[in-house]
Amino acid sequence: MLHTLSMGELARRLAAREISSVELTRHFLARIERLNPSLNAVITLTADQALEAAREADRRLAGGERGRLLGIPLIHKDIFCTDGVRTSCGSRMLDNFISPYDATIVGKLKAAGAVMLGKSNMDEFAMGSSNETSYYGPVKNPWDTTKVPGGSSGGSAAASAARLAPFTTGTDTGGSIRQPAALTGVTGVKPTYGRVSRYGMIAFASSLDQAGVLARSAEDAAAVLEVMAGFDPKDSTSVDAPVPDYPAMLDAPLKGLKIGLLREFFDGLESRNAALIRDALKVYTSMGAETVEVSLPHLPLSVPTYYVVAPAECSSNLSRFDGVRFGYRCEQPKDLLDLYERSRGEGFGAEVKRRIMTGTYVLSAGYFDAYYLKAQKARRLITDDFRAAFEKVDLVVGPTTPTPAFAIGAKIDDPVTMYLNDIYTIGANLAGLPGISAPCGFVDGLPVGMQLIGPHFSEARLLSAAHHFQQATDWHLKSPDGYS
Amino acid sequence: MSLTRQDVEKIARLARLSITDAEMPVYVTSLSSIVDFVDELSRVQTDDVEPMAHPLEGQRQRLRADLVTATDHHEKYQANAPRVQAGLYVVPRVIE
Repeated sequence: MLHTLSMGELARRLAAREISSVELTRHFLARIERLNPSLNAVITLTADQALEAAREADRRLAGGERGRLLGIPLIHKDIFCTDGVRTSCGSRMLDNFISPYDATIVGKLKAAGAVMLGKSNMDEFAMGSSNETSYYGPVKNPWDTTKVPGGSSGGSAAASAARLAPFTTGTDTGGSIRQPAALTGVTGVKPTYGRVSRYGMIAFASSLDQAGVLARSAEDAAAVLEVMAGFDPKDSTSVDAPVPDYPAMLDAPLKGLKIGLLREFFDGLESRNAALIRDALKVYTSMGAETVEVSLPHLPLSVPTYYVVAPAECSSNLSRFDGVRFGYRCEQPKDLLDLYERSRGEGFGAEVKRRIMTGTYVLSAGYFDAYYLKAQKARRLITDDFRAAFEKVDLVVGPTTPTPAFAIGAKIDDPVTMYLNDIYTIGANLAGLPGISAPCGFVDGLPVGMQLIGPHFSEARLLSAAHHFQQATDWHLKSPDGYS
Repeated sequence: MSLTRQDVEKIARLARLSITDAEMPVYVTSLSSIVDFVDELSRVQTDDVEPMAHPLEGQRQRLRADLVTATDHHEKYQANAPRVQAGLYVVPRVIE
């Protein structure tokens, strides 16, 4: 069936004109219509534009053009500005916002001929680990619809797992691609900071945010990343470095690869999750990799460090939502202060307000040194630990999350418990490192993800390592019942 | 080191966020628990550590020539504005 094929196979059939992009697009639109109501993964459907884009892709294919993404459907996380299409960021604040421009990555994927089917649900302003904070309601995990899919890219992860599109885009600030990928059994890639443009990607924490991809396999993700990555003069933190041909490098030999086993990752990890990670590591050693124990002694500081830095940056970034130029405005403001306070008070949900206030507090006079400056120093200690580890190993492998998917409603009332879901993913964001989560098994019928983290700009090696694992195992090919 | 209601009211005012009386106790509790959680950082020795604002070393703010490259799209961009008049954003009176 079309939705079980790899992107490489879809591209081959499109190039051979065995199928058309219009047929492929109709197939996925029909799946969304049938399956999305039980998931709430897609919040804006762009069927007419999708068919128009598919017709254009078919014209390009008929003219002899070829490309890995030409005619391939996708769903964009609703954090990416899409010209003429609502971009809500999962918030009441932007429920009425029709973006007047495309984000850089949206434009790049469009130019490559990928077909946007719609926008996916997400935790509000990317703040959350369960996709329960969205103004549009929670997303359900297709493996068990009483469970969360993870967040903040929960809609994209659920859509990828349910095969509503061959790939979806996401963003990762503290784990928001990798964690939902792990909880839904898909492959999620967070690139190095600066690898992919942030222009047109609604900002949460500017020194942490990165755009990336969720797909069925590292092979599929490699094809997408190759198009998304690259220097953008419109993003002042974009890095001017050439983009490797990631798909061409997937088969680089694994033998001799030094994999770091992070002591701090395994301390306190639930035993069945830990067993799956250890099994995954045995697959790697059987393929010729070596494992080396490494320690990142400051890693346990990463969650408190993040929950100072990210809220601080978000309090600054979200100050643009003031009811004046765009977005939600309260009714009958009595004066300017009331306009600001009620537009923001009513337009933002509870978690967003909590984080803005945490950020405001840690940046305020009298507290800046104790919190924000302190966190920036802790950030350097964590980053230096990773740098030292990468002198001994090529990459680090460990769990992505402490547990499989938890029940909707189970953690939403206690912010700190929710924050601890990010314990394994946050370090990579603080240090700007690339990370991948790939499926490596199941516990009680729920997917478990393995995380690979590498030095800056080591995406090719990480994708190749994940790819080798996926050639030796078939966890990534499993599909949830009812969505097969 | 918990936060008081007055602390939260002051923070909310700085952040330009209206919090209703009903919501206030929940925010006081949750913000206090977050602040207690991040207080763990105070126990780390960081005297000789340089603060890190940016994940990549050696990045500099790129500059460009001071030339006009943007074109006027104000009508398109203001299509999302709550109230616009003569190309200006309308808000409640600011100056008495």
